[in-house]
Amino acid sequence: MGILTEIKDSISQTVNGIFADEGTARIGIYGPPNAGKTTLANRIARDWTGEAMGAESQIPHETRRAHRKEDVTIERDGNSVTLDIVDTPGVTTKVDYQEFVDFGMEEDDAVERSREATEGVAEAMHWLKEDIDGVIYVLDSSLDPFTQVNTMLTGIIESRDLPVLIIANKVDLGDASPGRIKQAFPQHETVPISGQEGDNVDELYEKIAEEFG
Amino acid sequence: MITMPEQIESDGADGNGGGVQIDMISSGRMDGMTSMEKIRLILDGVRDGKVVILESGLSPEEESKLIEVTMTEISPDGFSGIEIESYPKESANPGILDRLFGDDDSKMTVIGPANQIETLHKDSELISAVVSAR
Repeated sequence: MGILTEIKDSISQTVNGIFADEGTARIGIYGPPNAGKTTLANRIARDWTGEAMGAESQIPHETRRAHRKEDVTIERDGNSVTLDIVDTPGVTTKVDYQEFVDFGMEEDDAVERSREATEGVAEAMHWLKEDIDGVIYVLDSSLDPFTQVNTMLTGIIESRDLPVLIIANKVDLGDASPGRIKQAFPQHETVPISGQEGDNVDELYEKIAEEFG
Repeated sequence: MITMPEQIESDGADGNGGGVQIDMISSGRMDGMTSMEKIRLILDGVRDGKVVILESGLSPEEESKLIEVTMTEISPDGFSGIEIESYPKESANPGILDRLFGDDDSKMTVIGPANQIETLHKDSELISAVVSAR
């Protein structure tokens, strides 16, 4: 075993120790706007607690506050893990209310949504800094993953040595390319799924139980 | 360390023909600054319509703070945020030793106002920006 692998394992054990000491781990669902984070959060919450977490929409920044679902127990192949799932607002470096007007919103509503969206991004970053023990990073696999927001966010997550699972979401779309996401983040486990259709969620639950259990 | 000229102006944005000012900031200048000083330098420039090029980029912690502060400054009638790109890291999978020795910061980074940068493209060797004057 190489020295870096040993160091990595040691860090993982330390992280697991932190989980054990402080109770239920909080797993943040992160990613850019419209990647399907809330759809995935609802899928996980419905499958394991019977209740959804938040509203879904095609309009970006539907989720403008972090929502936590406590004590979600996921069981797979003898592994069982109880987690708090935190659905977070999509992270971006820009918010323009005109984008919401283009979706048909009234200007006043668009301005208000824009203001709430900026607060939501800042809140998501604060959760990541202070209160998250592991990350499920969700990407739309029909889009280019090589964006600066993705690079920055994964860099921030790695700098904090948080365990992370990459989700190549929306594989049901015709132009989906989950392989491109694997190529973009070769250092992390990538799971191709459709949160909307439920494709391959069994593998997702196995990986969650392995990664965060 | 490569020494770059600081604040090279290419037809200033402030009354010099309506062009776009480009500030190239050397790593030497950034080295002596606190995180908030760096972020202020970047955002003050970008909010003035400038494109800021950092020779050595920001740490992940500073990038996190940059996103947070940017969000607090967005307003519907003015600033709509930033576009940012940097070269990929040399190592796609930096180990703990890379991070301990701070190699993460050594990436040239381009930052500009989101409402003026129409296209910002990068590949492994090129960052390309199309910037419109305000």
